[in-house]
Amino acid sequence: MAQNSSKTGGMPFQNIILTLQDYWAKQGCAILQPYDMEMGAGTFHTATTLKALGPENWKAAFVQPCRRPSDGRYGENPMRLQHYYQFQVILKPSPANMQELYLGSLEAIGLDKNLHDFRFVEDDWESPTLGAWGLGWEVWCDGMEVSQYTYFQQMGGFDCKPVSGELTYGLERLAMFVQGVDNVYDLDYNGDGIKYGDIFQENERQQSAYNFEHSSADKLFDDFKKAQEECAMLLEAGLPLPAYEQCIKSSHAFNMLDARGVISVTERQAYIGRVRDLAKGCCEKWIENNAERWKRDFDGWEA
Amino acid sequence: MADLLIEFFSEEIPARMQKKASDDLQAMITKALKEAGLTFEAAAAYATPRRLALSVTGIPASTPDISEERRGPSTSAPEKALEGFMRGAGVTRDQLEEREEKKGTFFYAKIEKPGRAATAVISEVLEATVRNFPWPKSQRWGRGSLRWVRPLHSILCIFGGETVAATVDGFTAGNTTRGHRFMGADEFAVSDFADYKTKLAEHKVMLNTADRMALIEAECKSLSAAKGVEWIEDRGLLAEVAGLVEWPVPLMGGFDDAFMAVPEEVLILTMKKDQKYFVTRDPKTGKLAPYFITVSNIEASDGGAIVAAGNERVLTARLADAKFFWEQDLKGKLEDNLPKLADIVFHKELGMVSDRVERMKKLSRHLAQFIPGCDADEAERAAELAKADLVSNMVNEFASLQGSMGRYYAKAQGESDAVADAIRDHYAPAGPSDACPSAPVSVAVALAEKLDTLVGFFGIDQKPTGSKDPFALRRAGLGIIRLIVENKIRMNIGDVFEMALGTYGWDDHKVVLDLCEFVGTRLIHSLRDQGIEYYVLYAALNAGEETDLGQLIYSARDLYLLTEKIHALSSFLETDDGANLLAGYKRAANILKIEEKKDGPHGGAVDAGLLALAEEKTLAAALATAKADATAALEAEEFEKAMAALSILRAPIDAFFEKVIVNADEADVRKNRLALLSEIRAAVNTVADFGLIEG
Repeated sequence: MAQNSSKTGGMPFQNIILTLQDYWAKQGCAILQPYDMEMGAGTFHTATTLKALGPENWKAAFVQPCRRPSDGRYGENPMRLQHYYQFQVILKPSPANMQELYLGSLEAIGLDKNLHDFRFVEDDWESPTLGAWGLGWEVWCDGMEVSQYTYFQQMGGFDCKPVSGELTYGLERLAMFVQGVDNVYDLDYNGDGIKYGDIFQENERQQSAYNFEHSSADKLFDDFKKAQEECAMLLEAGLPLPAYEQCIKSSHAFNMLDARGVISVTERQAYIGRVRDLAKGCCEKWIENNAERWKRDFDGWEA
Repeated sequence: MADLLIEFFSEEIPARMQKKASDDLQAMITKALKEAGLTFEAAAAYATPRRLALSVTGIPASTPDISEERRGPSTSAPEKALEGFMRGAGVTRDQLEEREEKKGTFFYAKIEKPGRAATAVISEVLEATVRNFPWPKSQRWGRGSLRWVRPLHSILCIFGGETVAATVDGFTAGNTTRGHRFMGADEFAVSDFADYKTKLAEHKVMLNTADRMALIEAECKSLSAAKGVEWIEDRGLLAEVAGLVEWPVPLMGGFDDAFMAVPEEVLILTMKKDQKYFVTRDPKTGKLAPYFITVSNIEASDGGAIVAAGNERVLTARLADAKFFWEQDLKGKLEDNLPKLADIVFHKELGMVSDRVERMKKLSRHLAQFIPGCDADEAERAAELAKADLVSNMVNEFASLQGSMGRYYAKAQGESDAVADAIRDHYAPAGPSDACPSAPVSVAVALAEKLDTLVGFFGIDQKPTGSKDPFALRRAGLGIIRLIVENKIRMNIGDVFEMALGTYGWDDHKVVLDLCEFVGTRLIHSLRDQGIEYYVLYAALNAGEETDLGQLIYSARDLYLLTEKIHALSSFLETDDGANLLAGYKRAANILKIEEKKDGPHGGAVDAGLLALAEEKTLAAALATAKADATAALEAEEFEKAMAALSILRAPIDAFFEKVIVNADEADVRKNRLALLSEIRAAVNTVADFGLIEG
């Protein structure tokens, strides 16, 4: 069996982020900062969900911390984390050379296309909580899934016209691959002695204990309910942006309840359905608020 | 005559869709060409991850000229009618001809349609094909509204060496394409199919899927041989992998021997399903070898060392996960999982999996008495543990390993081989071609599992309808039949259904009859697959006037005996004796039918004294023997013997019809001969109702 433990010296974690930001900035993307709320994936960022609606051009790239309470492993699993980072790119409309742009970004972080085997393997994307779906691939590098690549077809139940192209890089996984490291906590964070584990391992331990053992189901049920009520109220008031934040809050409360194991299989669908209804409501209101301008600026546009 | 070459160049087409897409492309275009009046010599379609291509040879330069004559209105018809006719025919007044006929003078138009250029036809066909292509899933991209499986980048369309002028939604057909994503040059022009194929190969694209598959297979074999191991052939994976690469480069990698402690099923599944690797085995032991083959899409500048090493690392991480699950599961006992089954819903109206297990335990114990060599305690124990692996770490991660993992964990906690094997086998048979369990304990639990499913869903009125069978009840029904028939299990199916309903606390004879009918219908389907028509089943059931299949199966009780009889009858009907006896029977029955219409039922005892001709006497004697022998054979459940008993009737019946006139002048002789015919019917019917055999 080939030896690879000696393969070191790949790009540090933070340099991967800086390089990707720089690369996509050069492609005309607005480099945003993370959304300051707990969310399950970068797709939940308004720069993706709401901006995917309507006719206007849009290009953005950003890091988004993601929370998946059920994936916590108390800092003991080499690959699974309840808190991790995604690098998200959205290009609207999806450009004809999007695959080439994407492969260029991998080269920028040190993956030589003459030395690695890159593959686009069918993987269609669907988010039941956002009422969204698209077609695309998971991108493999030497058998490792390094990104998710999607052409959005619907968001919040509305057709995406034009279609946005979305790229999601799982940063830890990608960095492990680039650095040749088998344990996420061993990742070189800054190229100057700080490891990923130094920053995040204790957080994984404590947050896992909170998610699985100490979270209060009563409080979470209450959070869910209140966020849902607040969202509905804000939609009534014609304010889709704050309403959407409440929708994200309820989604996170649901994920926490799920991790706590207090939602039965049958109830699960009902909870997801309630989040989806609100997400759709937010998308609908967002379109409604913007429709007049969109119609004026884009001849013949309709939802 | 000229050749046509079409290529749709796109982003990566899912491997599973490529074969059908190339078939559809060929079918759509050749059909449209034919409909437009263009003939061709041959057509062949190709698919790679990034392109669909079609080559059609020997197409004429244009469609044939068409000359047509149309009769119009009478010259005395109103002007409006004439205008309508001219508009329809596309002619003017001066092009019309008047002809005198018997009924008056009529206008005639001669329409000359010159043939259309093939290029014009091709251009239309191309556009229609792009717009109507039957992708299982398609998408829009950018600002366009066109749909394709993934974004389309270019269309190539060459006819007779020239680019065909065609435009679809902003795409103008050209004569250029691209090679391999990483190893091919950017864009190049081609002139015809041969040139296309050659240039693609130069630019590192193997156009033909079969060529890619053959190369992968040969390389896999030689890579394996070099390590002294054997490639485990897998055609499905081979086809899939060939759809993921344009230029296959198989590479071998290995994994640590330490993972060999994990069951092979787990290792194989991880490699094949998740990573799409081929696996190898040690030819001496037949066991899995620690080498895999991945098929890359690039001739890497380092010979593939980094690609292979990267794949090894990915696999190592996955196998480490699997090993962790395996070790975690072995820390506890399989039976420790049982309480957790109370948390898994089987179906909201049918309770939790733990309830299902309780029912399966009762059923398995009950069924054990009908299965020779089946220990009732072992059957119950196997049923108790059958579902326990559903909450193991491993099955949680790899659902398809249910049963297989249960067997390993059962053995680890010291269960007998019979119990452990039954846990693995109890989901089988999963379909008509899946192996059917034959070990007694396995049979009991496999039957119990399917009976519980079938009875439960029938009990809450969730029967399959039309194409909808969400709970796979048809498969369960067929499974029950196969388990009973292939293992020669003797039991009363109605009683078993009643017993199974009882485990749910139900008692409903109507549901039992519905279940019997369902099993009867599945049996008819299964017989048809073996080339036996449904009426043979009704004949074997001596159905007569009764048409309620549920009632018939319920009364038949024993499904194994029933199928034995059906097979004996079906074989007999294929023999000369059988076919002739059937003909004689039908002749007798027809005559009786006609005569009985005239004067009511004939029957009663045959008066031996009135038998005059030798043929009558012989037949009467044969009937008595046949009837007695057949009855005895049936009682002994020897169906072939019963058929053989009937076969002695063939010669006497043939002779009778040849020599004897049934409708004799003497009323008593006629009556007696009709009684003899009625005896034929009765004797044959003791075995099966031949009147129901068609054809």
